[in-house]
Amino acid sequence: MSMQTQILEPFKGVKKVPLEEYFTAGHRTCQGCESALVMKLMVKAAGPRTIVLGSTGCMYVANTTYYSTSWVVPWMHTQLGSSGSAGLGTAAGLKALMRKGKLKEEPINVIAFCGDGGGADMGLSAISAALTHPEYNFLILLYDNESYANTDIQLSGLTPWGAHTTFSPPGSMRRILHRRWKKNVAGMLAAGHPECRYVATVCASYAVDMMNKVRKALSIGGPTFIHSLDPCPKGWDYDPMLSHELGELAVLTGIWPLYEVENGVLKLYGKTKAIAEGRQKRLPVREYLLRQGRFAHFTDEDIDYFQAKIDEMWEKWLIPGVIPFRKELEKELEEE
Amino acid sequence: MDAPETVVFEQEEEALISGSEAIAVACKLADVDVITAYPIRPYDTVMQYVAKLVANGELDCEYIVAESEHSQFEIVKHASAVGARVFCGSSGVGWMYAFEALTVTPALRLPVVAMVGNRALDDPGAFGVEHNDALAVRDLGWMLVWVDTAQEALDTALIAWRVAEDRRVFLPCAIGCDGAFLTHSQSLVRIPPKSKVQKFLPRYDRGDLLLHPDNPITIAPQVNEDWLMEIRKQTDEAMRRAKGVIEEAYREFESTFGRIYGNPFFEEYQTEDAEIVLVGMGTLSMPVKVAVRQMRQKGKKVGFVRIRWFRPMATQELQRSLSRFKAVGVIDRDFSLGSPYMSGVLANEVRSVLYHAQARPPVVGFICGLGGREVTVPDVRQMVEVLERAAAGEPVEPTHWIGLRA
Repeated sequence: MSMQTQILEPFKGVKKVPLEEYFTAGHRTCQGCESALVMKLMVKAAGPRTIVLGSTGCMYVANTTYYSTSWVVPWMHTQLGSSGSAGLGTAAGLKALMRKGKLKEEPINVIAFCGDGGGADMGLSAISAALTHPEYNFLILLYDNESYANTDIQLSGLTPWGAHTTFSPPGSMRRILHRRWKKNVAGMLAAGHPECRYVATVCASYAVDMMNKVRKALSIGGPTFIHSLDPCPKGWDYDPMLSHELGELAVLTGIWPLYEVENGVLKLYGKTKAIAEGRQKRLPVREYLLRQGRFAHFTDEDIDYFQAKIDEMWEKWLIPGVIPFRKELEKELEEE
Repeated sequence: MDAPETVVFEQEEEALISGSEAIAVACKLADVDVITAYPIRPYDTVMQYVAKLVANGELDCEYIVAESEHSQFEIVKHASAVGARVFCGSSGVGWMYAFEALTVTPALRLPVVAMVGNRALDDPGAFGVEHNDALAVRDLGWMLVWVDTAQEALDTALIAWRVAEDRRVFLPCAIGCDGAFLTHSQSLVRIPPKSKVQKFLPRYDRGDLLLHPDNPITIAPQVNEDWLMEIRKQTDEAMRRAKGVIEEAYREFESTFGRIYGNPFFEEYQTEDAEIVLVGMGTLSMPVKVAVRQMRQKGKKVGFVRIRWFRPMATQELQRSLSRFKAVGVIDRDFSLGSPYMSGVLANEVRSVLYHAQARPPVVGFICGLGGREVTVPDVRQMVEVLERAAAGEPVEPTHWIGLRA
């Protein structure tokens, strides 16, 4: 038996967003930190009857200095690879206590967040397991600033190909040390967990959309997953005033497709939808890459390679931006 | 004191069950809220019994099969933070896989109760008992107790929740059950009625530490050098208080259920007039007790001290007890490579306990029964021969491996 969820209707425009904040002063994030904005919007969307579990990372270390926590809602640290288990354990505890009459019954939002290192590297197994438990209600939100940014900008499984990090500096012998392509986390989790009712990608540059995805994820019930791409001035090496613009460019170049998979139905949204429907042309990735110091060592060949990979994602993937199987597979099936 | 006395209550049931099943029954009696399982021998038999109880509607809990021991312990840790009574467990390298979660649980002051089906660590593979798995957490704030029989397993589990969930303590507790010898061995167990358990075991009340929207606290922020030391000291104080809370719990247990354990921290067997004693933990008590009886028939004044609570260690009581003998032999079903005297963990703990004693008998370490090898009566006789020489003032090696193949 599933417990009830809070029914959180979408905010109909920015003017309808409530003024109350549940992530407030007291944090020590960098100027221009998009992930701090994601925290603020995430919990604003969720409202006060929410428990947040935060795995180790920037959004732990910078936000919860003892005696100056920025969290208005109850908040608890969890281990780097434990966002899945934290969400699951909290939801299971609440469910057991309410079912057995040991705690007043009410739908309480449970959100466990992780960074790209905690989520896509170490914590992937626990997140995957958590998403197979349809009887517990919680959201796992991955804030992806594309490096272990809290520990000095080391590469993670979600760092883009070729990026300069402290574990992948460009050198005189090897210009490109990091030669792994970024994992497709949301697509993988959506495809691999058919009982999971909601998976979405978001970008806080589109704040109302982002909050409404959080509200839908919490309302729909069961375990849900949201992957947010968060520009990081320190890790990506750009002027902090450009965070919002870089988020937009990630979407407009097609590098970061915005979509949701709701009860198994895929919907592209925002500018991604316009690109997919041919109403808008993708911007060249050069526009995005050259604004960031982490790609400053790229040659034209490197940029061409990056562009070719993004083109491939849009032109050859079975579901562009989501499922990386090639269209040729369909052709072969038709020929048989 | 001798083996626990047993008083029969009308409503009690008697069942032929293993140590693992006894703890599963304790979960039912304690109305545990969240249980997480992951397979590894030999502890996982407890979860097989739990699963049957859940499937048959006898145990009402959220029963979650995790994808790793790390998740297993993280899930119950978080359930405990929102006020749920929890149970978990592991063995050998599974316990080590959970180590990060095991580290933070006492630091968060969460009363997780776990069963460790003690098992040799890899490599090479062995299913049998060694105590190195559970002992690995000995410095971290886990209470550690070793049991000898299925009855003691059931009783100790009930005591463990009571002590762990006491606001003065709020520390996790691991119950060491020797793999195979206890986890898989059946004996007659008296199962108390649930009504009495409810009387003995109050509801877990997390009070103002509850993680809930009505109590919006921030748990485990970054404290750094500003506060970490004070917070460690609070955990230390909790462990100090645990000793008295354990004593209280045993007295209450005895008056509620009528089963008498006497000294909660260790059991003494034929020590009244003993000159030489062996000290050990867990199921090796059976061959040792048999050997003690045989040797006493030959006039040897030998006794045995079986330590139950390893953390907190009952330093004063153990010192008082052991300092009255002429020689003390400590049987370690574990190893601590490179440690003082190249001994096992328990031997060096006992040496430490005795250091400030007025009378300090020689302490000899015996590493025995590793990987599930049986500790035999001849093994025990061999240990006593060494101890007789030590008692007579002869120099003996501080550590002996017993039962080692040539």
